[in-house]
Amino acid sequence: MALGQSKFVEKLVFGIFRISAFINILALTLFLYFIVKNGISAISWEFLTSPPKDMMTKGGIFPCIVGTFILSFGALVVSMPFGIGTAIYLSEYANNEFLVRIIRLGVNNLAGVPSIVFGLFGLAFFATYLKFRVSILTGISTLGILILPVIISTAEEAISSVPSTFREASLALGATKWQTIKKVVLPAALPGILTGSILSLSRAAGETAAIMYTAAVFYSPHLPKSIFDPVMALPYHIYVLATAGTEIEKTRPLQYGSALVLVVLILLMNITAIYIRAKKQDKV
Amino acid sequence: MKQNEIKIKIQNLNFFYGEKQALFDISMDIFKNQVTALIGPSGCGKSTFLRCLNRMNDLIPNSKVEGAVYFDGKNIYDPQVDVVSLRRKVGMVFQKPNPFPKSIFENVAYGLKVQGIKDKYLIEQKVEESLKMAALWDDVKDRLGESAMGLSGGQQQRLCIARAIAVEPEVLLMDEPASALDPIATKKIEELIFELKKNFTIVIVTHNMQQAARISDYTGFFFMGKLIEVDTTETIFTKPGKKETEDYITGRFG
Ligand SMILES: Nc1ncnc2c1ncn2[C@@H]1O[C@H](COP(=O)(O)OP(=O)(O)O)[C@@H](O)[C@H]1O
Ligand SMILES: [Mg+2]
Repeated sequence: MALGQSKFVEKLVFGIFRISAFINILALTLFLYFIVKNGISAISWEFLTSPPKDMMTKGGIFPCIVGTFILSFGALVVSMPFGIGTAIYLSEYANNEFLVRIIRLGVNNLAGVPSIVFGLFGLAFFATYLKFRVSILTGISTLGILILPVIISTAEEAISSVPSTFREASLALGATKWQTIKKVVLPAALPGILTGSILSLSRAAGETAAIMYTAAVFYSPHLPKSIFDPVMALPYHIYVLATAGTEIEKTRPLQYGSALVLVVLILLMNITAIYIRAKKQDKV
Repeated sequence: MKQNEIKIKIQNLNFFYGEKQALFDISMDIFKNQVTALIGPSGCGKSTFLRCLNRMNDLIPNSKVEGAVYFDGKNIYDPQVDVVSLRRKVGMVFQKPNPFPKSIFENVAYGLKVQGIKDKYLIEQKVEESLKMAALWDDVKDRLGESAMGLSGGQQQRLCIARAIAVEPEVLLMDEPASALDPIATKKIEELIFELKKNFTIVIVTHNMQQAARISDYTGFFFMGKLIEVDTTETIFTKPGKKETEDYITGRFG
């Protein structure tokens, strides 16, 4: 009887887990179906390759795609050196427990700050105080800080999970600490560091609040010429069309089309990075 | 004891992991071009002692060393000693094979490259030489570019030996290098040690007494952090001076 009961509990628990997993997939599928169904009609070669026209009620989203690429990769370029540097410091060099705890506390708190606050900070500090104005530079600096916690914590985790036997082997061969980090620890941690970068790249690409005061404009007749120019960006474009346009209903297909492109873009970024990571792993 | 040139002289060495003392007042000599085996029950401090000889224990937080280790007459614990160049002269092979997740070639070339050697031809030559000396060349000469992780355990350990000897250290420290290997691979490593002793001074930790008897010229017996006795291997195994040594080698404990 007791055995039968525990078997039943086993089955029940297993069933609940399976249902949760199933609901998860269902939600994702529904979401994708909804976006694709509503957005696919807007997609055309012209939509992808031309700028908006007629007060943004027609035309394409080419400048927004370009802008989103610039902002997200730019944020990564700004953030990675600091993030990886901090991670190396925390996991390999820091020997002051108190300082390490303070830095961790700072990083964790940074991770919990709402993105609109980053946006306001970027506006006040980079745009106004440093006089970068509303520009790519301000945007990628702001996004760079926003994604810093993810980069730091994933890089730190990747670095500390490199077996200490590798470090010992390297040091025993007469390598310096920095040579050991550069030639053994970082290459072994690279797949993990890349994973963190992928996550933050997607996060930056989809970010709206952090760029609306710092980098994005609702319309720009040409592509940016330098990092001191503002850009259009997909998330902000969707936001503008859906809330501030004069023809909100009429531009619904364009909104969904843009959303579809954004989702696909993020998926592509992830797939590319996962591919790079898998290749890197093969090569060791 | 035979009259040999002293390569390393250890004097009154104490070692602490935090509050816990792991080595007690150890003094011994290690002779040039001889194989010195360190035996004793597990946890008695053999690895700790070995890692004092190339200052690998520096990596352990809150550890403390007292006493002196003279390498060619100079104390390696002097503050002005450069640990990096010490470790180039005192190589180490670990208990578990630990090749880098790099190609076979890169593993052996690593120590040369970190020394700043750029000459490709010289590196290739050294890699080949070291792999031959480690009796691994024939196994791997056609796949030097492949990952070292694909080798068998025994091959990995011989690769680690090749990697260690490529930088031409004067002393080779080996911490139970064959403990993770099967008998055939173990035999190969033992033969190898016999060859290597022509060029290197070898200190090897082993918990296998037959192995110590087979391969070493001198044997030191450790027990609970103390060096009970050190002498020629023959003396230790035929007429040990201390009761504890005799008990251990006759298998009465350990
Ligand atoms: N990193 C460490 N921290 C604290 N204690 C250690 C550490 N490494 C070894 N010890 C302790 O020191 C003693 C000697 O260990 P070890 O030198 O590894 O012995 P052996 O190699 O002879 O088996 C053991 O009691 C062990 O638990
Ligand atoms: Mg040991």
